[in-house]
Amino acid sequence: MESGIFFSDYRSDMALRRMPLQKVRTGLLLAGLVVFPFLATPYWLNLANQIAIATIGAIGLNILVGYTGQISLGQGAFMAVGAYGSGLLTVRLDVPFYLSIPAAALITAVAGLVVGLPSLRLKGLYLAVATLAAQQIVEFVVTHWDGLTGGTEALVVPAPELFGARMNTDGRFYWILVVVALAVALFAANLFRSRVGRAWVAIRDQDIAASAIGVNVFGYKLLAFATSSFLVGLSGALLAHYRSIVTWERFTIEVSISYLAMIIIGGLGTISGSFFGASLIVLLPAMINTLGRSLQDTAPWAATVLPYVQQGVFGLVIILFLVLEPEGLAKLWRNVKDYFRVWPFSY
Amino acid sequence: MGSDVFLQLTVSGLSNGMVYALVAVGFVVIFKASDVINFAQGEFLLFGAYLAFAFIAQFGLPWSLGVLATLLGAAMIGLIVERLVLRPLIGEPVISMIMVTIGLSSLLRAVVNGIWGARPKAFPNFIPSGEVEFLGAIVGIDRLLVIAIAAILLTVLTLFFRHTRDGIAMRAIADDQQAALSMGISIKRVLAVAWAMAAITAAVAGIMLANTVGVSHDIIFIGLRVFPVVILGGLDSVPGAIVGGAVIGLLESYTAGYTTSGLELIVPYIVLVLVLMIRPYGLFGKEIIERV
Repeated sequence: MESGIFFSDYRSDMALRRMPLQKVRTGLLLAGLVVFPFLATPYWLNLANQIAIATIGAIGLNILVGYTGQISLGQGAFMAVGAYGSGLLTVRLDVPFYLSIPAAALITAVAGLVVGLPSLRLKGLYLAVATLAAQQIVEFVVTHWDGLTGGTEALVVPAPELFGARMNTDGRFYWILVVVALAVALFAANLFRSRVGRAWVAIRDQDIAASAIGVNVFGYKLLAFATSSFLVGLSGALLAHYRSIVTWERFTIEVSISYLAMIIIGGLGTISGSFFGASLIVLLPAMINTLGRSLQDTAPWAATVLPYVQQGVFGLVIILFLVLEPEGLAKLWRNVKDYFRVWPFSY
Repeated sequence: MGSDVFLQLTVSGLSNGMVYALVAVGFVVIFKASDVINFAQGEFLLFGAYLAFAFIAQFGLPWSLGVLATLLGAAMIGLIVERLVLRPLIGEPVISMIMVTIGLSSLLRAVVNGIWGARPKAFPNFIPSGEVEFLGAIVGIDRLLVIAIAAILLTVLTLFFRHTRDGIAMRAIADDQQAALSMGISIKRVLAVAWAMAAITAAVAGIMLANTVGVSHDIIFIGLRVFPVVILGGLDSVPGAIVGGAVIGLLESYTAGYTTSGLELIVPYIVLVLVLMIRPYGLFGKEIIERV
């Protein structure tokens, strides 16, 4: 039974995982991630890979929306830039994927800087509408610039090779995705303990006060746009190589909306929330699908309404979370942890 | 390309623009009363169109009764949405408001899909179709009627905000919620009225769209296309919505008529970005000066 959290040196006080229980949980998580591909069926591996890609994208969006408070409806556009960037570099210029993916992420960061420029003058609602315009314009460019992107035709990206092995199965790609996702999570978690991360949070909470205490608001906003788009571009590029096919339908405004839903449901401004939200938004339609198929024999009409049920549940989940638990799954998880930390003497 | 082509493009642009203006007025009413921007406006439009389809084509009501029933149904939906979804969120940050209306749009779309299916339906035209010669160009009567109906409705709305009790209360709340409350204005009542009105104007626009292009899911895209309209006109201005609707409708129509590259799809958004850079509060919006 603990009476408080005490440390006798700075090193352990500043550690990312300070409590013994946290260390145990992290160890269990890592062990679980290593064991998972040996136990899982291809169906679950596929879902896990989707969750990993979505988590990277959601962390990226969370940096912008959750931490810096700049609302963006342009997630789909940034993912498109990353995906087409990396895909075209590999297909047209034969760049190996371990170079093309970071290059595409950098290109997306530059695109993010450009889209972030209006944030000098706009905030809140107006910025959201400006990013909506960016989304529509990028979508138009992708579908109409036939010479570069192939227009509405799909761009086929060959499966990447690493150490002489072709990364063409879910099981192999899993390792790339998990390593990148963990690295991104670690990077983001440390970012918010640094000067940059704190400046972002200050801007989110009160931008005028932030500028009064010496935060260069515009510079840090642009940095947030660039960092966020870098990660979002990364997830788009990974998606391109994982799916080995790039089509514009994967990067519409719907994608922007579902990523916003992830970070709202998971919890704005939390790393774990990005993961929880990504998992829920990826798993929910899959679960409904499974349910619908299991009902196929007893109720054949179930299959026809399945897409509508998915759509409706998606909307309903967003509304319910906003009305009932605005801080999202991360808050629920914190409640569970707090409950057991002092259990059984909760008062 | 003679002047008749120009005139035809003008009429079709104006009639589209008036539909935009009607949808935009729904945005403006809600924004004026509660500072919420409603991403589900396109779905209100869809709901209105399908309700009219149900009452007139499926239940066989005469069109006057059918339209009346549609407007009542739309008002009900507006009220329900306000009570169940928006009221618990009063005072929450902008991102929550945006997301909750996005969630709402997904839910409403699913409900419409679930009830009526995803396939486009033929709408029983009750607005007379046919063509007249108008200043030397041949234009559809339905298009002219759309312009006329929208003009009447928009005039009524402008008068509503100027002269009625609820309209003035709405402006008072938009200006300062606390002061309005202390003067005995019921915010709940005014917000309910605002949402009902937004749903009704959207339903009218939905019926007119259904008449000219049929009942289908493409209608919801109008919801997104209305953002340039409201930003151009100013988010809190009814006349702004009308002018913005007309300008955007005409721009689209001329770009579609005189170029061939599909540019009309993004011209409104380019205008939107330009307006945001130069004059974020729009042509007629209230200027809020805040330096960051």
